[in-house]
This record gives sequence, C-alpha cells and structure tokens, in this order.
Amino acid sequence: MSLRVENLKVYYRTLAGDVQALDGVTFGIADGEIMGLAGESGCGKSTLGNSLIYLSGRMKYVDGSVELDNKELPIADMHEMDRFRYKEVSIIPQYAMSALNPTRKIGKMAKEIIESRGVDYHSILPEFTRRLELVGLSDDVLRMFSLELSGGMKQRAVMVLSTLLNPSLLIADEITSALDVSTQKAVAEMLVEFRDRGFVKSMMVVTHDLSILHQIADTILVMYAGHLAEKAAAEVIINNPRHPYTRLLISSLPEVGVTYAKKRLTGIAGTPPALLHPPTGCRFKERCPLAFEKCVEQPPFIEVDKGHFVACWKEI
Amino acid sequence: MRRYFARKLLTYSLTFIAAVTVDWAIPRLMPGNPIDDLLARIGTRCNTREQCDAISSYFYNVFGLHKPLWVQYLTFWKALFQGNLGISVMSFPEPVSTLIKNAIPYTLGLLVPAILLSFWAGNKVGALAARRKILDNTVLPLSYTLTATPYQWLAMVLAWTFAVTWRFFPISGGYDPLRTPSWSFGFAGDLLYHWFLPFASLFLVQFGGWAIGMRNMIIYELESDYAHYLEALGAPRKLVRKYAYRNALLPQISGLALAIGAIVGGALVTEIVFGYPGVGSLILSAINNKDYFAIQGIFLFIIVGVLIANFIVDIMYVIIDPRTRIGMQGGS
Repeated sequence: MSLRVENLKVYYRTLAGDVQALDGVTFGIADGEIMGLAGESGCGKSTLGNSLIYLSGRMKYVDGSVELDNKELPIADMHEMDRFRYKEVSIIPQYAMSALNPTRKIGKMAKEIIESRGVDYHSILPEFTRRLELVGLSDDVLRMFSLELSGGMKQRAVMVLSTLLNPSLLIADEITSALDVSTQKAVAEMLVEFRDRGFVKSMMVVTHDLSILHQIADTILVMYAGHLAEKAAAEVIINNPRHPYTRLLISSLPEVGVTYAKKRLTGIAGTPPALLHPPTGCRFKERCPLAFEKCVEQPPFIEVDKGHFVACWKEI
Repeated sequence: MRRYFARKLLTYSLTFIAAVTVDWAIPRLMPGNPIDDLLARIGTRCNTREQCDAISSYFYNVFGLHKPLWVQYLTFWKALFQGNLGISVMSFPEPVSTLIKNAIPYTLGLLVPAILLSFWAGNKVGALAARRKILDNTVLPLSYTLTATPYQWLAMVLAWTFAVTWRFFPISGGYDPLRTPSWSFGFAGDLLYHWFLPFASLFLVQFGGWAIGMRNMIIYELESDYAHYLEALGAPRKLVRKYAYRNALLPQISGLALAIGAIVGGALVTEIVFGYPGVGSLILSAINNKDYFAIQGIFLFIIVGVLIANFIVDIMYVIIDPRTRIGMQGGS
C-alpha cells in the first residue's frame, strides 16, 4: 500500500469558526494506482489533495495520520514535511499556469529549486530534457521566461518539473479544468504515461470531471461535503455505483447516443450543506431520496464488495 | 527595443521643451523687476529723471530685458544651446553657470548617497520585516512616521536635537568658515561633519517610504502562485524570499523614478534649513533677489538632472524586468 490516510481531519480557520472541509477521511492508494478524486466544488477534494503536501496558513490540521510507503508523513509540521516534499510527494497545482516565477528563465528556476533540494542539476538535466521532449517541449523552453510559453506549454513544463525527482505520490489538482477538450485528453494521457514509465508510483487526480477520470483512473473516490461517499474501480463507479449521491451524480451526466430533446437531464435537487456548522449524521441526507431515520447517525465507510467502499446505511 | 527608446526619447524631449518654457516664464511672472532691485542694492544715485532712465535702460540693455518677450524667449533657447545660462543679477557680473558649478558638488554629494543608500537599506529592512512579527511591529510604525514627515520638518528636529541641544553636529554651513578649503583629510572630515545632518534627514524620510513599500510588496509576492509552488516543492525559505525580493524590487524601481522629483525638492529645502551651500540655498537667494537668470539656470539644471535620473531608472527597469524586455522584442 503506497498511501494510507487514516481519519484525516483538516479544517479552515475563519473568523466565524472552523470550516470542517475535511472531516475524517480514511482510504488508501495502492502502488501504481491512479485514483481519481471527484466531487462538486467545496466538497473538500482540493483540501484533501493539498493537505497531503502543504497546509497553507488558513488550514488547520485537527486529527488523523498519513502514511506513505510505510513512513508517517508529518503533514502538520511545515519544516519536517520539507524532507518529503518533491522527493516523496509532489503536486501539479491548480494554478499550474502561474506557478513559474515570471522573472526567471525556466531552466534557471528549475536549477535553483532542484539544487535547493540537494540534487545535482547537471546530472538530472539529460533526463529533464528527455521528459520535456516526451510532453512535446524542446529544451529551448529552459532558456525562456514563462511568459514566452502558451498556457498549455506552461502546464506541461510544470508537469515535468513537478515529477522530475520521481515522487512516490503525485497530486494533480484540477489540472485539466482550464483546458479545452482535446488538450484535456492529451494531458490526461500524459499522466498515465508518467505512471507507466515509472516517473511517479501512484497518483491522485483531483477533478470534478468524471469523464476524464473514466479515461485515466483505476479507481475513483467520490467525496461529498467533507466526507467520503464511495470508492471503487472506475468502471464500477461509472456503471454500478451504490451510494445514492454517486448514482444521482452519474445519472445527471449526459450519455452518448441519447437524445435529450424529449427527456430532460436532471440534476440533484438542493445544495450541499455549509461546512461551518455541518449537519450531524450523513451529510447527504437532506438531498437523498432514500434517507430514513438511521441517517441521523454517520454511516461508516466500509467495504461492501472487494475494493468497493460505500458510506451509506442502505448498503450495509 | 529601438522603438521603445525612440518613444522614450520623444517623451523626454517634449517634457524638456515644456519644462524650459515654464522655467523661462516663471520668474517673469513674479511681481517686481530685477533691475530696480539691482539699482537699489548697488545704491546708484541719480539726480534727474533722465539720469535714472539712462542708468536703468543701460542695465535693461545688458540683460536684454528691453526686447519683446518672444525675442527674449528665443534668445533664451539660443543661449541654452551654447551652454550660456546668462549673467547673474545678484552676483553681477558672475555667470550663472559658475554659481551652479560651485553649488552642485554639495547638492550631488547629499542627494546621490541619500537616494542610493536609503533605497538599498529601506528595501533590505522592509524585506526583512515582512512576515516577521517583532520586526514588523517595530519597523512598520517607525517607517510610517518617517515617510509622513516633511523633509524640512525632520531637518529642523534633527538640527534642534543634535546641533542645538546636544551640540554633536554643526548647525549650518558646508564646512567650518575658519578653515581654508584644501585637499586634506582634516578638511574632508570637516565636510563630512557638516554633511551628516542634512544627509540624515534626507536618508531617514526616504528610508521609511522604501521600507513600507518593500514590506507590502514582499507580503504580496509571498502570496503569489509561484511562491506557493516553491513551498509545495519544499524549497527553503531563503529561495522563496530571494524570488519574492527580486520581483518586489521591480515596482520599487518604478517608484524611484516617480519619487526622484520629490526627493530633489526635499533636498533643496533641507539645504535651506541647514544653510548648506548647495543648489537649494542658491535658489533661495536667487528668488529673494529676483535674479531671473539664476532662477532660470538653476531650475533648468534641476530639470535636466531629474530627467536624466528618470531616464536611467527607465533603462534599468527594462534591463531588470524580462517582461518588459520580451514584450518589446516580441515573443518567439
């Protein structure tokens, strides 16, 4: 097991109180697994992704533990965590297009980052240019400033830079969200390629786009309002979901070959709860067509089938 | 790049022409006239009206003030290109350029170190204070106070404290009047001794401004995406701060270009407070004596100085910021 997350709780400090964006999640990612992390905006998926590598000032570690390759990650300790960043855990950030220093040439910036991590830049340079070529960038970009690159080129440069030290776990945060559909596909395929070539061992792909995950993910973890809803193989989540939220989510996607002239696409009625004072029990119960008395208690996230985890009282 | 410099050169030329015109007009808009003052000062006696008219028209002729205004204006430009700033009325018959030449080392000696050192120190201290609680809580209020202080007021406070109350420093002058200027260490030390207080008042006020600007810019840069990315990759704080400092320096440099005019103005009044024999004191006596030519000449000198300084900063900015540089070359 590459990554093991146990009852992780990370809240956001606000003046009104703590926003419980990530409230006790437990799951694992196997070696070589690409796990998609899906859910709507504000469900805590980016919080989960970020908390595994860098807790920003507003984020507060509350409880839980994270283990990577059987080593405990000190995620709450900014400085202790530095040893693991980049080398063990790395991230392609949501803001990949503005992640490069605008006033440094890309090669120089890469050199400074890599050397600051105690790795010799010159010995890694051939591999760096090889990987840049793999994503369709010539080594000329090393002599350019980021503003000389298009958005897509910047994103690919960041993908290569982020994975250059062969981290065990890569977090890809909403990296396809700002791209057009064909570029999305190309970027998604690069992620698979990176895994297949062993640049990264396992991957967590954070997105709200289930169709991308269907293409590249081995497993999909669905989150709702700071809790886990369901985790299973990608095929199972798409074709055979068991949590009512996942079912409604999947059924609200358009299907190929169906004309929606007569039949209207339906969404899920209602809105997710505010996480400043979240409801007790199952957080989906207000919108759930199957809700019953038991739902005032929080359902456990348990394995109902091999590799298929669901948090719903109806499935136990 | 070529087009950029051509455009800059055009802007600077237009500014120069406008400034010279205003410079020529200002003393002529002042009430009174310099010839009457001159005559009163040298105590010319004339018994009849004709004698008086003859004497004053002689001086009008000497200074060319009898000609129509537009001729005076054109003559002014012509003389300007010959490097001739005219004859001073107050120190007749000394040429204005000599007056300026004597005063300029004092002013430059004050201004250049004050600008460079305060820019350097203010930026360093501001960067250090950003995101460091104790330093921030002390440097910030101090800097706000300093930068809000008018130059001449701080100069008076310093003069009162260090020259009048404690007598650490001389209260006025450029050097001890009992000494003869010479190339000796003793005289150099004396110059430095007189230089210190005017320098300190210029330095401190500017220092506050740069420190605040830098501190705010660093905080902004540390919140930017590239800084967060570096942190997420475990880059040491030193590297993140180095990048932030470099990027925060760019707006500070444009700030310097904007501030140069005000700093020069501040230096002039500071000189007046300390009776420092630079261009500021020269201007004061020129205005008091309605010395058209000296006023024009000194202002012209200041205008050219400020324009040159601005031009240098403009060029520096282009060299330092790849964004403007590449923007001009066109991306590849």
